Amino acid sequence: MKIPDLAELALRNLRESLLRNSLTTVGISVGVASLVAMLSLGIGLQQLFSRRLAKSGLFDTVLVTSHRDMRTMGRERDEDRSGANPGESRVLDKAARVELEHLPNVLEAYPDIRFSAELRYDDKPHLTMISALPESAKSNDAFDGMQGSFFSSDAAPEVIVQKAFAEELLGKTPPRGGEEPNVADLAKPLLGKELTIHYAQRAVSPTQPSAPSADAANSNSNFNDSSLAGAAYSVVSREQKVKIVGVADLDPESMRGPTRARVFLPLKLAESLHVMQLTDLREISRAASDQPVYTSVSVRVKNPAQIQALEDAIKKMGFGTFSILDASRGLQQVFRVLYAFLGIFGSLALIVSSIGIVNTLVMAILERRREIGIMKAIGASDGDVKKLFFAEAGAMGILGGIVGVVLGWAIGQLINFGTNLWLKSQSVPPEHFWAVPWWLVALAIGFSFLVSLVSGLYPAGRAARLDPVQALRYE
Amino acid sequence: MGENLIRAVDGVSLEIRAGEFVALLGSSGSGKSSVLNLIAGLDRPTSGSVIIQDRDLAKLSREELAKYRLHVVGMVFQSFNLIASMTLAENVELPLRFAEVDRSQRANLAREALERVGLRARMDHRPSELSGGEQQRAALARALINRPKLLLADEPTGNLDSHTGTEIMEMVRQFNRELGMTVVMVTHERALAERYAQRMIFLADGKLVDDRANDDRANDQKNAHAVDSGKPGGNL
Repeated sequence: MKIPDLAELALRNLRESLLRNSLTTVGISVGVASLVAMLSLGIGLQQLFSRRLAKSGLFDTVLVTSHRDMRTMGRERDEDRSGANPGESRVLDKAARVELEHLPNVLEAYPDIRFSAELRYDDKPHLTMISALPESAKSNDAFDGMQGSFFSSDAAPEVIVQKAFAEELLGKTPPRGGEEPNVADLAKPLLGKELTIHYAQRAVSPTQPSAPSADAANSNSNFNDSSLAGAAYSVVSREQKVKIVGVADLDPESMRGPTRARVFLPLKLAESLHVMQLTDLREISRAASDQPVYTSVSVRVKNPAQIQALEDAIKKMGFGTFSILDASRGLQQVFRVLYAFLGIFGSLALIVSSIGIVNTLVMAILERRREIGIMKAIGASDGDVKKLFFAEAGAMGILGGIVGVVLGWAIGQLINFGTNLWLKSQSVPPEHFWAVPWWLVALAIGFSFLVSLVSGLYPAGRAARLDPVQALRYE
Repeated sequence: MGENLIRAVDGVSLEIRAGEFVALLGSSGSGKSSVLNLIAGLDRPTSGSVIIQDRDLAKLSREELAKYRLHVVGMVFQSFNLIASMTLAENVELPLRFAEVDRSQRANLAREALERVGLRARMDHRPSELSGGEQQRAALARALINRPKLLLADEPTGNLDSHTGTEIMEMVRQFNRELGMTVVMVTHERALAERYAQRMIFLADGKLVDDRANDDRANDQKNAHAVDSGKPGGNL
């Protein structure tokens, strides 16, 4: 029999015992729905994490740190420790930076400069974290919603302030959970205004003992002024006037190092300030030279696919590395296990419902015994009868699959909605942690079809073997 | 036939020529239906052979037997055996679906066949909406649709009153004459056999007890074509 005929006959037969077949199909769709709901939760969660990671802007970036830096992130530390002698590991200085820049496929390598400083605006002091942005950050999606403009040049005495800091400058910090002020409204009174940065400069030329002159910024930077007394350099309090050119609304949750700060400077300007850095303390002997030592250097590659090779190359140079790859690798492992569990629990319901298919079809054989006999008598082959029952099983599988996907999607939407309602009451921004990608829709319907065909195996075989003489003998 | 000890038909040898109208007579349990099922390819002999158009049905595969039933044989039954959930047109075109005939052609052929039995107006009705005679006519139309060589009828008038029974038998005779179909009819009504069949074969307890031409009717059939079936052999 041709496939359209098979489908037509199968659907007709399903309609004949509408209630029973509908119930079986509902059973399948509940199974599919549970599978879809489980897997879409898993996928949604993974996408949520991936989104968070992507926002960090680290997908094309490797963070390079010296092994001596105790703040080296991630698991790399232990294995690296055992490998190289930490005492001999390299210092992350200007030379290293140039070397990093010349590695293959490297777009740029820039130091991560972060420091605490006091900013004066309207003669009121504001203590905050400042970090430097390379010019390439201009193209970062994170600055899409920024008011004003990016730095006019890499060394311009300009700053971009984070929305939260703008609120602080204007004295408009909103109450928790209250109405968030608009970035544009905050930007209006601030753009073009001048700020004064008070910071601690690491001066190379021997000057008078610096300790007394170190101002508030220093004491905030977690190091003790008195320990500097013996160092071969001194710390001088400086001022830098800067103009506010932009107000940005960056995601505070974002992982990217620099964006954790609330005020951003152009990179060249920040470098020229020679601000006292945390590493200066540890690298005391080297820091005595004119060459700065960096806490960490961000190396960007042209293509995220090259990250692994770059990381390996940098490790060979004797540095510690961290990239989103390291973070996501662990995460992927977790999600693989999660998928397996969700998939198993989701499939259970589908497998139970497949028994329903077997039951329904065996019942159908008993009921339609005579009909099968007639069909055989007028020329249906075993294969025709078998295919007909397969088609009925398959049709129930596909129908159940489609209904199940819709049901699963609806359940997901409902749970997502409910959770977001709860999140809102906890004044957490809503999240979309539910995703039903097209491949999942196809997979669910395909799987349901397959399961139903397997369920049809036994009934179809039994129907095909039916002896027509026996089947036609009784009324 | 599946049972080991019961020989439904034992030692029956008969030969039926193309175009013949044969009646198989006997009381219930005589084995006449079993013979019909063997000729229909619904059953296979445990021993012996059934030769139709030079092919031994006993040696055909299940698949080949289904093809044989589809293309060579048309069957009508005492209880009509139409599929209740289908309209007459659908019932009649069902064999065409198994034969994988194109959809457009199928509708025309089904209409023609129903026209021939005078049921064109009823083609969209379900069997339950029709009288017994109409149902049997529809079954005849279905048996005819694949233009079979052999029409097998198992007590075709058993569930009908004598008037409609006659109507059906007239149709069968018409097919036999006009379309040259060989007809084998099982019946226990001797009168019916005498009226329509050219030849009467009597069975009792699975054995052939008599095989004779119906003198009244034998001469109606001008001639037989090639020898078609039923070489003697073994238990059949």
